[in-house]
Amino acid sequence: MMHNGYRGANSAPTQQPLPHPHAPAEPDNVETSPKIGDQVAKTTCYMCACRCGIEVHLRDGKVRYINGNKDHPVNRGVLCGKGSAGIMQHYSPARLKKPLLRTGERGSGEFREIEWDEALSIAAERLGNIRATEPKKLAFFTGRDQSQSLTGWWASKFGTPNFAAHGGFCSVNMAVGGLYTVGGAFWEFGEPDWEHAKYFLLFGVAEDHDSNPIKIGLGRLKARGAKFVSVNPARTGYNAIADEWVGIRPGTDGLFVMALIHELLRAGKIDVPYLARHTNAPALVIKAPGTAEDGLLLRDAEGRILAFDKATGGPKPADDPDLSPALSGTFEVEGRTATPVFQVFAERYLDPSYSPEAASERCGVPADTIRRIAAELAHVAFEQAIELPVAWTDTAGRRHETMTGRPIAMHAMRGISAHSNGFQTCRAIHVLQVLLGSVDVPGGWRFKPPFPKPIPPGPKPAGKDGGKPMTPLSGMPLGFVSGPEDLLVDADGGPVRIDKAYSWDAPLAAHGMMHMVIRNAWKGDPYKIDTLMMYMANMAWNSSMNTDETIAMLTDKDEKGDYRIPFIIYSDAYFSETVPYADLVLPDTTYLERHDCISLLDRPISHADGPGDAIRHPVVTPDRDVRPFQSVLIELGARLGLPGFVNEDGAAKYKDYADYIVHHERAPGIGPLAGWRGTQGEKIGRGETNEGQLDRYIENGGFWHHELSPDQRYYKMANRSYLDFAVHMGFVPKADPIVFQLYSEPLQRFRLAARGHGPVVPPEGDRARIEAYFDPLPFWYAPLEEAAIATADYPIHALTQRPMHMYHSWGSQNAWLRQITSQNRLFVHRELAAELGLADDDWVWIESINGKVKGQIRLVDGVEKATVWTWNAIGKRRGAWALKDDAAESNRGFLLNHAIGDLLPPDVNGKRYSNSDPITGQAAWFDLRVRLRKCAPEEAGFTEPQFARLPLPPNLQPAPDVLRFGAQFKEAAR
Amino acid sequence: MTCLPAKTEKSLGLVIDLDTCVGCQACVTSCKEWNTGGHMAPLTDQNPYGGTADGVWFNRVHTYEHEVDGASRTVHFPRSCLHCETPACVTVCPTGASYKRTSDGIVLVDEDKCIGCKLCSWACPYGAREFDVDVGVMKKCTLCVDRIYNENLKEEDRVPACVAACPSGARHFGDLGDATSPVSQLVAARGGTALMPELGYAPTNRYLPPRANTGRGPKVAAPALESVGDAGGFFGWVDRVLSR
Repeated sequence: MMHNGYRGANSAPTQQPLPHPHAPAEPDNVETSPKIGDQVAKTTCYMCACRCGIEVHLRDGKVRYINGNKDHPVNRGVLCGKGSAGIMQHYSPARLKKPLLRTGERGSGEFREIEWDEALSIAAERLGNIRATEPKKLAFFTGRDQSQSLTGWWASKFGTPNFAAHGGFCSVNMAVGGLYTVGGAFWEFGEPDWEHAKYFLLFGVAEDHDSNPIKIGLGRLKARGAKFVSVNPARTGYNAIADEWVGIRPGTDGLFVMALIHELLRAGKIDVPYLARHTNAPALVIKAPGTAEDGLLLRDAEGRILAFDKATGGPKPADDPDLSPALSGTFEVEGRTATPVFQVFAERYLDPSYSPEAASERCGVPADTIRRIAAELAHVAFEQAIELPVAWTDTAGRRHETMTGRPIAMHAMRGISAHSNGFQTCRAIHVLQVLLGSVDVPGGWRFKPPFPKPIPPGPKPAGKDGGKPMTPLSGMPLGFVSGPEDLLVDADGGPVRIDKAYSWDAPLAAHGMMHMVIRNAWKGDPYKIDTLMMYMANMAWNSSMNTDETIAMLTDKDEKGDYRIPFIIYSDAYFSETVPYADLVLPDTTYLERHDCISLLDRPISHADGPGDAIRHPVVTPDRDVRPFQSVLIELGARLGLPGFVNEDGAAKYKDYADYIVHHERAPGIGPLAGWRGTQGEKIGRGETNEGQLDRYIENGGFWHHELSPDQRYYKMANRSYLDFAVHMGFVPKADPIVFQLYSEPLQRFRLAARGHGPVVPPEGDRARIEAYFDPLPFWYAPLEEAAIATADYPIHALTQRPMHMYHSWGSQNAWLRQITSQNRLFVHRELAAELGLADDDWVWIESINGKVKGQIRLVDGVEKATVWTWNAIGKRRGAWALKDDAAESNRGFLLNHAIGDLLPPDVNGKRYSNSDPITGQAAWFDLRVRLRKCAPEEAGFTEPQFARLPLPPNLQPAPDVLRFGAQFKEAAR
Repeated sequence: MTCLPAKTEKSLGLVIDLDTCVGCQACVTSCKEWNTGGHMAPLTDQNPYGGTADGVWFNRVHTYEHEVDGASRTVHFPRSCLHCETPACVTVCPTGASYKRTSDGIVLVDEDKCIGCKLCSWACPYGAREFDVDVGVMKKCTLCVDRIYNENLKEEDRVPACVAACPSGARHFGDLGDATSPVSQLVAARGGTALMPELGYAPTNRYLPPRANTGRGPKVAAPALESVGDAGGFFGWVDRVLSR
């Protein structure tokens, strides 16, 4: 992408070389043209989940420098604080060196090194027995894994339904909330139109998701004079540069958004033609209280959803292009009473209970502010609409001479997601965008191909029967349910999966619930497992709620003296807190030593202007006996003889991950990579295997990006040219329009089941919960823990945020990043501190109903007054990550997780549900309520709880006392 | 004492936009990464994995809150050498190790002449100097003198590492001695300021203020929302919109 004739994001004339960029005469003998490296390798960053393109400068086999790739669609040449510190991650002293087999008690950290063949034999024998007997006794959960299309497929071929990655404790509410509403979602599935938006509303963004695109985008918005409003309890990072900061109370964003909706409806500032054309606003909702079809959409004999046609005065399929829809009224159609979705919708939000006045106190936002922001949204959407002079044709064949844009863009992430009301709140935000007509229009929020997808997207989760010996599942373990019949429950309504995803506890748990696996496996609820295999998830520390109890579960033994979780296999590149809890450790490589595939089948790196994917390839050879986990998994698959991993003669089908990336086909002609398919690399999306595919990626800088033609770039939900392309690429099965769901019929189906209708109904004890939360229209409810406890005893909200320069627990092993933050403070508003008699630098106990942790406070103004927050995952366990015993991370840094429960208080039946969203199973990290108590003087100065020091694994050298990295390059340059 | 050039041919420096800096530390680590293998290599880290980690950094970002017109604001403030026109860190240097280049105005340290007396770090009011105890030498921002003229880099990459990396585009580079240069025009347009000019060292670098503090913030002149008309109520209004 070019601006002003210069490549990359920083293309302003003020960001260019000097007009004559050659050394001037200066008698100081400075070497102004040192040689940098002998090679530049272009690959993909992995310092967080953003997946930027990088150029790695190598000198004598060592990494000299890493900078952003200007051609890359994600970062366009820039690189964040983490990416620019990649060298220190690659050379971390905490890198594991060789496979390890536990020799001491689990958790003691006593291991012996073993050869890979022995490690793979141990794993294959264990897993082979499980597969031959009861495959679900393998629970395979991967953490911040970017290869879920492989790992999920492996689990499916193994035959266990017990697979997921980390999405259940990350942002499943955002994914599912979006996918069930507009067929896309924030971040990976969509992005603001940074180039045209005039007003940007940012909700609850953790600072590392989509980090560089957001930063580039904010710079662009400001350069163009757009207004930027942030809604966030804390005024950090992006929020600090907002034109207006709305310091909202945690967990109340839904109220705020629905009050905006109320205002827009009241004033008629909604895009009615857009609603009629692109949403299910006209669809007729059956009104038949007490029956099995109450609240479902009215369909004709062929199953087409019906609307009421004003022209003919009768029903007509809602997707009929000639429909002249009624959006209000009550109609008798085929013996049923029905009302358009829009009427049901508008009646709800026009109610005074959704007014700004009603929301104000709970949100901590003045009603006038809500009203003003609503007025600003309306003004920009309708008085400052834009027209792009681009003709396009919709799915009904109507040609439009221009593209109308409502230049309001929004983005939301974990601050919405990590609440137990996050799914409904996320839906409300998308619905607000839809009402303004700002989804996939110029200046609005745009889909990134392969999105939008049909709502909900197919396929459904497989593994309903729990898996059979030596038999693959019928499909992938994770998918999307559209009603109770798709759940993974047994005849009694009990969970099939170990994490209870897709059960009545969390019916739409499309990313699984990794945060519940250890507890459930320990408890044998719903059943005991044999082996827990995990990849890259620090479950014995910052990735678990209720950390100390989780650690205890990992080492707990039954009455016979056997571990309750019999066997744990763990793969990680680094010595995290979880390594000592494994029986078998499979050391992974760093990101510069491996192949990877950032696939359209998985979590792509597309831009709204076109699809893209990318690879990593080894740019440095490992100096340790480590192997990339994906290649290990492929070899394990071959050793186990899993279908798809072996040829007919039983020989391994793929040599390694690189071989799989090139040769695997998920559907005929569709493989992990979309670029340079076809025998000569002449095809995109669909085509034969290309033996030279990886070379073509490497030549192109490690990525492939296809630019859509201008007429395909907006209105993708109804754009014929785009949808035809999407069918060719295998993104969608048919070129049908994607209809946004103001009203979610799948949710209503669950509600009907809770009322006893249909073949699959919830157990009695779950019915009230399903009835309450599966509202087909977005609504707000108090976060579940908060609603169940005496909030007067715990009056303060407590949150974490991620430093922009850290990715979860990874940054602390990085010599440079940890110098920026090695102790996290608890940030407390000055007024709250005054009320509590606290002073800056005091040490406090942070107490919740779940536990307590001790940390040091820092007073600030930039936080909502009833909220305290800290940086996530800075606190470390002593010894982990090869840090020294006196490291601030384990002495003064603290982990808020100790105060966060993994279970809710018992309900009226005594059942303790997961501390998660009742719809999606999303971990409710940010629901936490606490009180602060000043430490006694002798308690100050160090964090608690403390845990036994973790010894370094065999042959890991203690970290150096002085680091002179780079000295060698200066010598070499001379 | 070390002499300053009477005049420099260029005044190269940085312009940092406090309106878009989100405090992400990209400039901090990209600087460290480049320079630890660059002209002043290495940027030594003492006890990098322990409790008293202390490394040499040429650029640091500080985050603080301050009040403007009674309203509190959070500001991310990147701090590095300002390549002053009349820097005390140079004039105070007893050996000539600290010097200002006549050609481009960059302030550098000649390691071979530096005796590690630290007078320069006492003299600099901006805290821009970094002492490397490992070698007993003072180090500092070189304005990437080994990048901006580097014939081994593609021309388009010959900018300071921090400018290239900055994700929000908050960093700019050029000749601030030339009023017609793009950076000088940017400073003029945005009301850029020097840090503590009253001290008299005439910093070259400029900071662009947050626009909210300058009245340059965007205004959305939105009238208050009125309820839709009475005829048929809200749904009557919807019907009318649809039948247009």
